[in-house]
Amino acid sequence: MSDEHDVARRRLELWRRLYATMVRIRAFEERLADLVDAGEVRGPCHLSIGQEAIAAGVCTAIDTDDTIWGGHRSHGHYIAKGGDPRAMMAEIFGKATGCSRGRGGSMHIFAPQVGLLGTVPLVAATIPIAVGAALASKLRGDGRVAVAFFGDGATEEGHFHESVNLAGVYRLPVLFVCENNFYSSHMALLERRVSDNIALTGSAHGIPGVVVDGNDVVEVHRVADAAAERARRGDGPTLLECRTYRWRGHVGTSWDMDVGVRRKDELAEWLPKDPIARLRRELIECGVAESDLDREDETTHDLIAEAVVFSRTSSLPDPAELGDHVFTTATGK
Amino acid sequence: MRTLKYSAAIREAYAQLLRDDDRVFVFGQGLWSPWYVGASMTDLDKEFGRDRIIDSPVSENATTGAAIGAALVGMRPIVVHPRMDFMVLAMDPIVNQAANWCYLFAGGTSVPIVVRAIINRGGEQAAQHSQALQAWFMHVPGLKVVMPATAYDAKGLLISALRDDNPVIYIDDRWLYSEEEEVPEAMYEVPIGQAAIRREGVDVTIVASSFMAQQSIRAAEALAERGIDAEVVDLRSIKPWDKELVFESVRKTGRLLVADGAWKTCGVAAEIAATVASEAFDALRAPIERVCLPDLPAPASKSLEDAYYDHLGVDAVVRAAERMARVRERA
Repeated sequence: MSDEHDVARRRLELWRRLYATMVRIRAFEERLADLVDAGEVRGPCHLSIGQEAIAAGVCTAIDTDDTIWGGHRSHGHYIAKGGDPRAMMAEIFGKATGCSRGRGGSMHIFAPQVGLLGTVPLVAATIPIAVGAALASKLRGDGRVAVAFFGDGATEEGHFHESVNLAGVYRLPVLFVCENNFYSSHMALLERRVSDNIALTGSAHGIPGVVVDGNDVVEVHRVADAAAERARRGDGPTLLECRTYRWRGHVGTSWDMDVGVRRKDELAEWLPKDPIARLRRELIECGVAESDLDREDETTHDLIAEAVVFSRTSSLPDPAELGDHVFTTATGK
Repeated sequence: MRTLKYSAAIREAYAQLLRDDDRVFVFGQGLWSPWYVGASMTDLDKEFGRDRIIDSPVSENATTGAAIGAALVGMRPIVVHPRMDFMVLAMDPIVNQAANWCYLFAGGTSVPIVVRAIINRGGEQAAQHSQALQAWFMHVPGLKVVMPATAYDAKGLLISALRDDNPVIYIDDRWLYSEEEEVPEAMYEVPIGQAAIRREGVDVTIVASSFMAQQSIRAAEALAERGIDAEVVDLRSIKPWDKELVFESVRKTGRLLVADGAWKTCGVAAEIAATVASEAFDALRAPIERVCLPDLPAPASKSLEDAYYDHLGVDAVVRAAERMARVRERA
């Protein structure tokens, strides 16, 4: 009886953690969208609104020491892994206090203290890099897992196929997490490939390929947890195809309907599948008070508001430092 | 002191680095093959195990990217591309990733990898088994590029490249593999960015690296017989390159000839010529000359191939230096 109680308590704790992570990502990006619309943020921002369950589900299934690697749409990964929202917001503002001290902007974010070792927008570029982190783990026997996050477009790159094969042949502890939102920029999935079958790429390369409802954060967490466990056992990589939908356009804050890229009815079909609303309903069904969740949401919004204040009041990088960091001056010999 | 061939000096550097540092591993195609990489890696897999000497799938892109990932989490990988032509398939990891990460993340990370590129040409192999693409990498901020010309440097520069905390492109040329000289048995470093004067002279400065440094030394001997006293500066590193030593030499001789074993347009020689023309113009007493390959792909057939590589011949260097010396007589 007490065991059952314990399981239920732990499950609820996990769900609340998943919920809080998703809300934090959403709050960050909704606020960022306002700042982009207001012209206060000028650089390109790729929002993951609607896709939060994947970052949250995967990053809560691994440890701080495990590494994650992302792309152009990685604000969610940063937050889910435990990165400081102030340092990311300041980076997007181009401030010296940013996580990349104003060298990177929204697409190049970094939180090494929590295992986010870099995101870059060159599509698929961090897939082999994650494989290399996994190779290092295998050579050292340190038990760490590496996660590559990428979109459906990245599965069309040679990087991806070479990497899956490489990780497969060496049985490396890596998770390939494809966030299939059915669009690469303005191009729909079936304009770019013969079949909607990304997960099958895994089996073609001799590794498990799993299709996951990417808007079901609990399911994403469960599958990622199993894949990480498998990787740590030495049984090799897993490809997770997490099917989801980005509500906003490829870049910026528009909804894409205005430019004829997508259909209104398609979005209308996905909006009710909002991963946050879904888990919120389930939490309430489990007896969590709505007022508790509201209070928690409010705290999160305050945290993001504070990140904006921090960013606004931070200094811009000194132009005299333009030439710094082309090479490292660290001597790690 | 014992002597070693250039290829054996590379192998010795690998063995000592692997013995010295657990973080070192070697990754690339052909590493278990008896013929792929000349004598420069013979039996390293037997000595250090196939976990650390990893002969890879045919995936230049993923292996190079994976080496970067391993470096970002604290390893010291050496990626080997047995032909520089095939390394073109790894340009994203090298140019977009390895070169950028330190800057992008404001020095919070760095990519301590060595990318070893082998120039492997001649023998009627034609256009895609011949290319010397050093200028591409010299162009990119964030990369260092070394090109040893001697057995001593082949060992010392590989050790320096591996110990550097930044990405280093290490380019060796198989036409140099039988060059032999005294090589210390102990580990030593050749500082990256420091050139060496291979022969002192007062009439003309010949700046070169790798295979062309050896050609230039031979040319200087021939020039001496014709009364022209050439100074040969072996760059050893083309990024960063030793401007001070080159300027010093040009101030002495007043003439600059740059020899680079690759295409002329936008090449290493063009960069050095432009820098000297801009920053040491007052020292020049003759137009700068370049000895390079013509802007065309390497052919296969012997008659064509010979005509192509005649552009890198000792005679080509001699003729160019003589032309420059005649300017003195007119002046």
